Amino acid sequence: MNNTHSRRDFLKSASALSGGLVIGFSWLGNKAFAAEVVDTAAIPHEFNAYLAISPDNTITIYSPNPEIGQGIKTAFPVIVAEELDVDFNKVNVVQANLSDKFDRQLTGGSGAIRHSWDRLRNAGATARELMKAAAAKKWNVAASTLTTKDGKVIGANGQSISYGELVEDAKKLTAPTDVKLRDQKDYKLIGGWHKGVDNANLLVGKPLYGIDYQKEGMFNAQIQRPPAFGLKLKSFDATEALKMPGIVEVVSFDNKVAIVGKTTWEIMQARKKVAIEWKKDEDLESTEDHDRIFKSHLDDPNSGDTMRSDGDVKKAFADAAKVIEADYQCPFLPHSPMEPMNFFAHVKADGTVEMAGPTQTPGRARSSVSKLLDIPEDKISIELTKMGGGFGRRLDDGYAIEAAHLSSIVKKPVKVTWTKEDDITGGYYRPAVRYRFKAALDKDGNMTAYHLKGVGLNTGNCTRQDNFPAGAVENVLVESVNYKSPITTGPWRAPITNFLAYAEQSFLDEVAQAAGKDPVAFRLSLFNKAITNPVGKITYEPDRFIAAIKMAAEKSNWGKKKGVSQGFSVYFSHNSYVAQVAEMKKIKGTPTLTKVYAVTDCGIVINQSGAQNQIYGAITDGLGHAMYGKLTFKAGEPEQKNYDSYRLIRMNEVPEVEAYFVDNGKSPTGLGEPALPPTGGAIANAIAAATGKRLYSQPFNLEDSKVESYL
Amino acid sequence: MAQINLKINGQSHQTDIDPNTPLLWYLREHAGLPGTKYGCGIAQCGACTVHMNGSPIRSCVMPISSLEGAEITTIEGLSENGDHPVQQAWDELDVPQCGYCQAGQMMTAAALLKENSKPSEEEIEATMTPHICRCGTYHRIKKAVKLAGEKMN
Ligand code: FES
Ligand code: FES
Repeated sequence: MNNTHSRRDFLKSASALSGGLVIGFSWLGNKAFAAEVVDTAAIPHEFNAYLAISPDNTITIYSPNPEIGQGIKTAFPVIVAEELDVDFNKVNVVQANLSDKFDRQLTGGSGAIRHSWDRLRNAGATARELMKAAAAKKWNVAASTLTTKDGKVIGANGQSISYGELVEDAKKLTAPTDVKLRDQKDYKLIGGWHKGVDNANLLVGKPLYGIDYQKEGMFNAQIQRPPAFGLKLKSFDATEALKMPGIVEVVSFDNKVAIVGKTTWEIMQARKKVAIEWKKDEDLESTEDHDRIFKSHLDDPNSGDTMRSDGDVKKAFADAAKVIEADYQCPFLPHSPMEPMNFFAHVKADGTVEMAGPTQTPGRARSSVSKLLDIPEDKISIELTKMGGGFGRRLDDGYAIEAAHLSSIVKKPVKVTWTKEDDITGGYYRPAVRYRFKAALDKDGNMTAYHLKGVGLNTGNCTRQDNFPAGAVENVLVESVNYKSPITTGPWRAPITNFLAYAEQSFLDEVAQAAGKDPVAFRLSLFNKAITNPVGKITYEPDRFIAAIKMAAEKSNWGKKKGVSQGFSVYFSHNSYVAQVAEMKKIKGTPTLTKVYAVTDCGIVINQSGAQNQIYGAITDGLGHAMYGKLTFKAGEPEQKNYDSYRLIRMNEVPEVEAYFVDNGKSPTGLGEPALPPTGGAIANAIAAATGKRLYSQPFNLEDSKVESYL
Repeated sequence: MAQINLKINGQSHQTDIDPNTPLLWYLREHAGLPGTKYGCGIAQCGACTVHMNGSPIRSCVMPISSLEGAEITTIEGLSENGDHPVQQAWDELDVPQCGYCQAGQMMTAAALLKENSKPSEEEIEATMTPHICRCGTYHRIKKAVKLAGEKMN
């Protein structure tokens, strides 16, 4: 499996060598895909490409979506292979490059499987039925008497023929429409344990990532961007830098200075010698300013947009037996994937552009480059490399545009690579947010009103107004304030909910406590209310919430363990439900986080290995950032710049994780993000149960340095 | 400029580039061995770990001038056919998510197991904790180190 192999090249060689048949499926029916196929007349439909079969029995499945560590390059082909009925271990999986043949060729929102589930199954099943039809004709029997197994069509008397041997005949047939998909109970691959298809290359150090990308005649480049948000380039002097070995050019564009040269090390040395003057353009904000801004907006009753309003909140609070109120705050966070941003671009004299690199949104990058350089999109190609993580960072196309921009100026093929410092100080952060929660209880401890007001820096709407507890409470008011800041922000794994879930689930724990109720029973009673007495529009299904909660309570033996303090949390995001129980035990006198149970309802699990890996990873990520993650600012400049000051969680700090999945046979939903949001809440609630102390801000270790000893 | 002689994965290399160049960049951009990864450049993450005479070192802070005569092994040279017990265990337990940190993780694990193929949980944690995995694959790494050790016995 060659990750950087171009699909087009593969198809050319595959068809030239073996006269292979390319079968694809267009569910939009708008693009002809025939030019690369040997015998176009044999394929009467307008197809898109998901799979290819050669007469030598090579089965190739194309994975169109960018692989970022979420395992899509394995999961997608598993679905196709299931319906095609082939041995997955023998399938050749190829990363497809950006192509109009595919739709939604992006990684984000945990949406790939949900979006493509039907498409992929149909792709496999249509080809399988075509193979059966070809065999039926050959044997002169009815296709309905035939079955398939491991890449072969099997006849009623046990005779068999491989798909490869059928390619020539199948080419002449019309692909069937409306094929029957497999019954879940017959799945052989879906739901199994499948190792990553890239393992073989990855574990021996093959160059798979954008940062490894090489091209004949390519130059390297680094870019100095403004060191603080609010600064602008005034002037630069590259005289000294240009005298350094290996340096080719130093140019400026867009308030940046780019150093182009032969090797990274030479560029790093020369970069230090470029004298740059910056000037103030906008406010140079500091973290203290943000704290002040947050409080003033939350205190000002006239600030904020109403996102949702049910019943009469004012009256409900006036009538309440008890009112609970709390503020929760989080800082900015960089995504800091292990592989820093990088991109290769070659804007050629012939008016075409060649690009390659790690991006979650290749389509957007192409259209941005097209606009910037005024070059039509069909003249721009983007090769998708494997990504060393992303967590939302690579939804930004700025670093790809920047490479193309630079190449157009220096008229050379260049790969721009960011240092880790560039990456952490480069913006596009998870925004800082502060929430104020208020809940009213009646004399029986029922929640009668819920008021959430949030203020965020460049967040847009920082609430999820139609998510729980909306729908379960009669009087609800949700307000959001968006404060505009020069500090740039973007989606960070589970945007908004990565912090909102923690704040809400911690607050609900406080409310349950004030009501004198068990946290699990309290939540269940609310979901029951959302079923029997729903209020307004909701985005979630209460019964799926309930099932996940009950299973998590059962697996963790909730409330029945001696000497164990438990914290509960449950959240709905990206169409999936995740309930978690965190446990703390006293070890040598210190409360210690020992375990997290996670029950996930993401519908049908495609790949057990990949799914579990996502749960472990999301919990580790959620815990680590809740504990340590902070990016603070002094006069617009980030104060943390690399892993020495920006602390990430390490192996000795992670608790055991037990991951379970609800087996309900529903269509698959998101999995890359949903296990992260509930984590902070489960842990904060366990800490409160163990120590009596509630944590109101992240990172936890800044609010209370003792928490570091809990891991 | 003075010539520097390096021995990498059993092969001799001569170079006259800046002697302060960190081994990481020599490997990636001069020796054609990009399997060793840049993560932080300041000895904080372990992505760039290689072996020097069998011991793990952080190649991002190791100038090539200090490596005359040393035997360097990178992920590309860990085994001939990609079947070092560590590579097998990593594959079997399907450790990687994005995979970017894993070359460094495996190099450190391999060095540990060469010394001690039956490390305790604490020993594994103490050895592997200096490595960052941003994707959070620590649970499987821990298991894979154990499994690789079993394969060596
Ligand atoms: S790159 Fe060397 S330790 Fe991070
Ligand atoms: S697998 Fe992505 S950083 Fe470790």
